Order: sequence, then structure tokens, then C-alpha cells
Amino acid sequence: MKTICLYFQIHQPFRLKRYRFFDIGTDHYYYDDFQNEEIIRRIAERCYLPANRTILEMINSSNGKFKVAFSISGIALEQLEIYMPEVIDSFKELAATGNVEFLSETYAHSLSSLGDPAEFKHQIKKQEDKIKTLFGVKPKVFRNTELIYSDDISTMVYEMGYKGMITEGAKHILGWKSPNYIYSSCVEPHLKLLLKNDKFSEDLSERFSNYSWNEYPLTADKYISWIANTPEPEQIINLFMNYEVLGSLNAPETGIFEFFKALPRFAAEKGISFSTPSEIFALHKPVDTISVPYPISWVDEERDCSSWLGNVLQQEAFKKLNEIGERVRLCEIRRIRQDWYYLQSSDHFYYMSTKHIGSGGFSPYDNPYEAFTNYMNVLSDFIVRVNAQFPETIENEELNSLLTTIKNQGEEIEALEKELAKYKKKAAKTNKK
Amino acid sequence: MKALMFGWEFPPHILGGLGTASYGLTKGMALQPDMDITFCIPKPWGDEDQSFLKIIGVNHVPIVWKDVSMDTVRERLGKYMDPQKYFDFRDHIYADFSYRYVNDLGCLEFSGRYPDNLLEEINNYSIVAGVIARTEQYDVIHAHDWLTYPAGIHAKNISGKPLVIHVHATDYDRSRGNVNPDVYRIEKDGMDNADHIITVSNLTRQTVIEKYHQNPDKVTTVHNAVEPLSPEILAIPNKKGVKDKIVTFLGRITMQKGPEYFVEAAAKVLKKAPYARFVMAGSGDMMNQMIRLAASRNISDRFHFTGFMKGKQVYEVLKASDVYVMPSVSEPFGISPLEAMQCGVPTIISKQSGCAEILNYAVKVDYWDIEMLADAIYSIITYPAMHDFLQKEGKKEVDNIKWEYAGQKVRRIYEQVISNKY
Repeated sequence: MKTICLYFQIHQPFRLKRYRFFDIGTDHYYYDDFQNEEIIRRIAERCYLPANRTILEMINSSNGKFKVAFSISGIALEQLEIYMPEVIDSFKELAATGNVEFLSETYAHSLSSLGDPAEFKHQIKKQEDKIKTLFGVKPKVFRNTELIYSDDISTMVYEMGYKGMITEGAKHILGWKSPNYIYSSCVEPHLKLLLKNDKFSEDLSERFSNYSWNEYPLTADKYISWIANTPEPEQIINLFMNYEVLGSLNAPETGIFEFFKALPRFAAEKGISFSTPSEIFALHKPVDTISVPYPISWVDEERDCSSWLGNVLQQEAFKKLNEIGERVRLCEIRRIRQDWYYLQSSDHFYYMSTKHIGSGGFSPYDNPYEAFTNYMNVLSDFIVRVNAQFPETIENEELNSLLTTIKNQGEEIEALEKELAKYKKKAAKTNKK
Repeated sequence: MKALMFGWEFPPHILGGLGTASYGLTKGMALQPDMDITFCIPKPWGDEDQSFLKIIGVNHVPIVWKDVSMDTVRERLGKYMDPQKYFDFRDHIYADFSYRYVNDLGCLEFSGRYPDNLLEEINNYSIVAGVIARTEQYDVIHAHDWLTYPAGIHAKNISGKPLVIHVHATDYDRSRGNVNPDVYRIEKDGMDNADHIITVSNLTRQTVIEKYHQNPDKVTTVHNAVEPLSPEILAIPNKKGVKDKIVTFLGRITMQKGPEYFVEAAAKVLKKAPYARFVMAGSGDMMNQMIRLAASRNISDRFHFTGFMKGKQVYEVLKASDVYVMPSVSEPFGISPLEAMQCGVPTIISKQSGCAEILNYAVKVDYWDIEMLADAIYSIITYPAMHDFLQKEGKKEVDNIKWEYAGQKVRRIYEQVISNKY
């Protein structure tokens, strides 16, 4: 029996305000609150809330047959908590049905998998905690930022205890192979992989409301029949997309919500079920391994990471960011930690991309150079703040051992004090006698 | 002595150094008791300082006769000039320009900037100059920079009065040698027709003689000067938020200004002095290229771009700076290092800048000598004695460079051309 695995990505970065050179050293608040609030409210109202209602309705009306997976970045959750807590509530409601799986990812929707392994693992932990706190479940399947994947990343993910991961079914990786099976990593054979079905996913995310598409208008009937007509042995259809496909990328008047609502009925007619990634990993075995020496992602025709780290500006910014990472992780100050996450979002690097000049690609800046200048000004201030915590002359390793010594001494003092208190009590008792 | 001047910019609305120099020079000349200056600009904004000269907006001079009432003129132009002037000009329209596109007052429109149809604006400017030249009374014509040379020649042909042209820059400076033939033709034509040529530096004088084939006797250097800083500017606090030393490049980021040498020098300095910060203030067609260059040298966390700066912002940047650098490949004069020195900022300039001829307390290096430039920056930010010496002596020196003296030199040239004429 064929099964559809639906997964939605939700992420919104903390966009930066215009931060002038003069602000370095004086102003330590970096975010454009007005814009961030405006965008998250708009998208929540157009997409997240109505889409959550639709999905809840689909789960209820299909008697629990409809299933779906979400990956919500920690930073997006933070913004929702600040500006639109009702969205969090509605996700909790979805979580309560048991038909929704929450995936793990990097807390900041960051590119740390490509430059800072320690940070990568740290952020996965933080994201797991966040999901556990909000939705009461520990995520079992991993999804990296923008489906970025490589052999090296698979090793790190496996080391973090994950048995399953989802990524892109890039043509240059698969070749003649079909994405409609389970694969495994060639370096970590126990890490199973679900690959995105590009054609079926992009029918919804790219072409659904395109009048000039020869299949326009796409109906649920037609769509399900396409899926049903895939070769018999191909059992798993992975539809991975941005949640904004519902209501934002395709406006409600295009009929996208009605399209989704009709999916379970037509799927049932053709004997197609819905599953979450964990269920698929539990039921199916990998048919083959795949090897990905260079990182892939789900963006652009190239399906690589050049949208974030393609030009010298992006590489420079990313390098400077990673250089300070080890120091930041030694810091205990909450505001520094918080800014550190916010500055790592992949979006900041995407805005610096020179691939998209003049051809769409959302950016709050006029051009990539402005994006770079602004980000570097903010990052410079951040570096000054981090360096002010510890003397720059001390090496990271030395600093770490010093901090450990201090911490151990603190614990030792505490233990000794306890002991002292105990003996004092004893002494007081014997004195009474 | 009455002078009719043609210019393109006048403060407070300026786009480059030309406006600053025009203002300073006329103000310096106005200190001579019998000096009377009429200054034409394409488009006045109405807030220019007219206390020491009279400004005529070329876009307020009719070239087509229109039947308008005194009240209309007063209402429309009263803020810019005496309405009666409009009717005086109207009486001197010399040809039928009704085929041109004019507004309801019979005037041509000007952008007052450097638009894409600049050559057309230059031509229009010269048409209007014909009306002005017939109306005004004057002893000498003075045209500032190539944009106004055609107007100057036109006025000279009408009135027969001597023409002095003021070369603030040549196209050889702007293009590193690849001159635009149209611009060269206008410049050469202006110089050939001039009775005398004033250049802002010996460097420019040499260019005028060698590249434009002028008789050296006809070319005199009058170095620019600098206006004393206003109390308002002196009161701007130092907003520097970091303890690091700040090295500043300020100006248009174009080929002429040599920005790439500044970036390369910065990369060298940062290797030895990681406590330095570099600021490239301004905008220009090479800005994005420079952002890339800084990124590829891995210094972007210490190399900052501010974008276009205007008015007070310029001085805010200067006040926060520890070193000012102008590595211009070819700079006719360059007023901004003088402004930096007024703010007490030690200055490094290229030997290829005109202002290097009159400054002794600024460090001078060849623009291409990145190592020397890096060395100079390093020593100023590292050795306080060097910094303090240049700061103190530089300020003293620049305070003695006054427009008044430049004005007197121009006056002597006027007298000479007038006596040659008659």
C-alpha cells in the first residue's frame, strides 16, 4: 500500500534593524521589532492559523487517518511565543491528536552543520528541549536546515542518537534511482533517509497557482491519481514543503485549502494512506545507500548550498561567525547566548546572496551588499561584547580549563560547607548533652 | 569690480567638492570692499546664503516671452530673487526659443545635479547664459568647471568681456586617463577661448598645459582653501562607541579616489594591529566591489561601510576618527583632508593630490605604495607622539590656509586680464 509522508517546514528569522557603524559599542539591540512582528502576524493570520485549523479538521474527519510532520525552528517558536501565542496553542492542539510528528532540527535554523560541529550538536539539544517543553514529545527524526545533507552531517546526526533523517532527493545524487524508497547513509548504514519527491512537492509549492502550467488547475483527484499511477514497488511518496504553501505562497482564493481537505478522501479511494516519518522508518527497510560527499539542500536548481555560502561575502561572514563560536559557548550570559542564536539563522546569509539579484528571493535589504554591511556591523558589536567577557589573550582551551577549575572549586566549597554545617550541628548536639 | 560667475553647485545643496570651493572662493573674494559677484547656478533651492553675493537661478530666467503678471512672478520666484529681475531678463530674450520645452514662465527646467542627459543641460545652461549676459553689468566672466565653460564662452562672445575659467578638475583626473571625448572637447574649447585659466593646483596646471596644450603663461595656480568650522560643527560630540583606533576614508568610492589601496593597506595594518577599525564612508560605483574586496581579505569584521554621508554626518565620522586617509590616484585639489585636519585628525594623503602641494603636516605617500600607506597608518595609531604632533601642527597649518588669500590672487588675475583687453 502506498503512503504519503507530508512534512512542513516553519521558520521565521529575527530580521536585523539598520545598524550603523556608529552603533558599534553603544547599541546592543539588533532587531527590527516592528518588521518582525508585522511579518509573523501576517503569516500567522494568512497561513499558520487557517492551515492548522484545516489540518485539525482533516485529522478529525478522516478518523485519524491523516497524518503530518512539522519542523518548527526554535527561533520561529520564540517569535510565535512573543507575538502570536495562539499559534503555539493550536500546534499543541494538533500535537494532542497524536497524528502529528514534530521533527528535530537546529534551534536557530542555522548553517552550523557546515562549519561548527560543536554548535550543531548543541543546537540540536536545545531544539529537543524546546519541543519537549512545548509539545511534550521528544523528536525522533532529524531534519537539517533547508534539508542540507552530506555524509559528514549524517555522521553527526547519527552520533546524536537519531535513526532517521529527511533530506532532498537531488537528481545529481539519485541519478536513475527513485526517491520513493527508503535509503540509508553510506557512512552510517543505520541512519535511514527519506528523500523529498521533487516533482510532487513542487506541484504544490511552485506550480499550484500558476495559470500557465499545462496541468492547471490541479485538483485533488488528479493529484492523487498521479501518485497512484507511480510504479507499484514505489511505496513512499515524500511531500516536503514550506508550511507557507498553505495560504501564503498560494493564496486562499486559489483553493489550496479545499485541495488539501479533499486529499484524504481521494487517497482513501485509491488505497493510499498517510504516515509520519517515524512510522515509515519503523515499517520499511532501506533499499540502498546513497553517498553525498558535497552538501545538498532543497533550494534552487543546483540543490546545493550556494544560496547561503556561495560568494565571498557569505563565506567571510560565516567564517567570522564560526570563529567566535567556541568563546560564546563558554559564556553564561543569557543575552549573549540569545543574540548568538538569532545571528546564526541561515536567512542572514541568504540575504547576501548574489545569485538572486533582480529575480525574486525575499530580502529586507535593497541589495546583498547592504545586507552584508549591516550584518557585519552587528556581528562586530557582538564580537566586541563576547571578547569583553574574557581576556582575548587567553587561549580557548586554557580558558575552558580555568572555567572548569572555578566550577569544580565552587562545587567543592559547597560540599565542604555542607559537611561543615553537618559537623556544627553535631557539635551543637553534643554541647547540649 | 563686477564679476559674473557661472557655477553648477552652491551650498547647502551640494553633491561634490565643487560647491564647497565655489562658496569658499566667493566668500573670500567678497571680503574685498569693491567686489560685486553675481553667481549663476542651474537650480537654487532658496536657502542659499546670499549675504555676500547675488544668486541667479538659471531655471528662473526666461528664454521665451510669456505674458505673466508681476503678482504671479512674485509668488513663484519671490523666494529666489527680486521679481523685477524676471522682467529685466525678459526684455533681453535674444532669439525665438519657443520650439524648446519651457514652463509657463518661459524658463527651462534644470535638475541641478549630474543627470544622464548632462550634455543637454549644459547646452541649455549656455542658452540661458545668453540672456543673462545681455542683461547684467559686469567687468569679467568667471566660469567654474567644464559644465559652465560653454556658458562662459557664450557670454564672452556677446559682451566682449574677458573670460576666466576655473579648472576644479579635468577629465584626466576622473577617468584615470581614459577621457570621454565629449567632455574633453568641451574642456579644450573652454580653455582655448579663455583669456586666463585658473587651476586649483600645480598638478592640474601641468595637466592643462600638457594634455590640453595651453600656453603656460595663460595658466595660474590658485590653491583652494578651507572655511573655518562653524561653532555648530565644533560642538558635535565624539560619538565613537569603541575603544579601537579608527581609520577613515571619506569620499566618493570611485576609481579616482583609489579606494582599493585603502582596503589593501587596511588588510596589512590589521595583521599587525588587530585593534584598528577601518571605515569607508561615502558611496560610489566601486562600493560593492570594495565590499567584496574587504570580504575576500577576511577583514570585514573590522572594515565598515557607512553608505552616503551628508552634512553633519561627515563631521561625525571625522570627529570619531584617529586617522584620515585620502589615497587618490589623481586629485586636482581635495578639500576633505583640510577639513579632517580642522577637526584635529592626522591625515595621510597621496602625493598625487593637489593639496599635497600646500600641506606640510600631513603624511604623503604614493597612492600605489600600499606598504608605505600601511606603515604610516600603523605608526599614527600606535605611537601617540606621532598622532599628537600631526594633530596639533596640522590644525595650526590648516587654520592659516584662508580663502581670503585665494580671493586676492583671483582679483590680481582679473585686473591683469582686464588691462590686457583694453
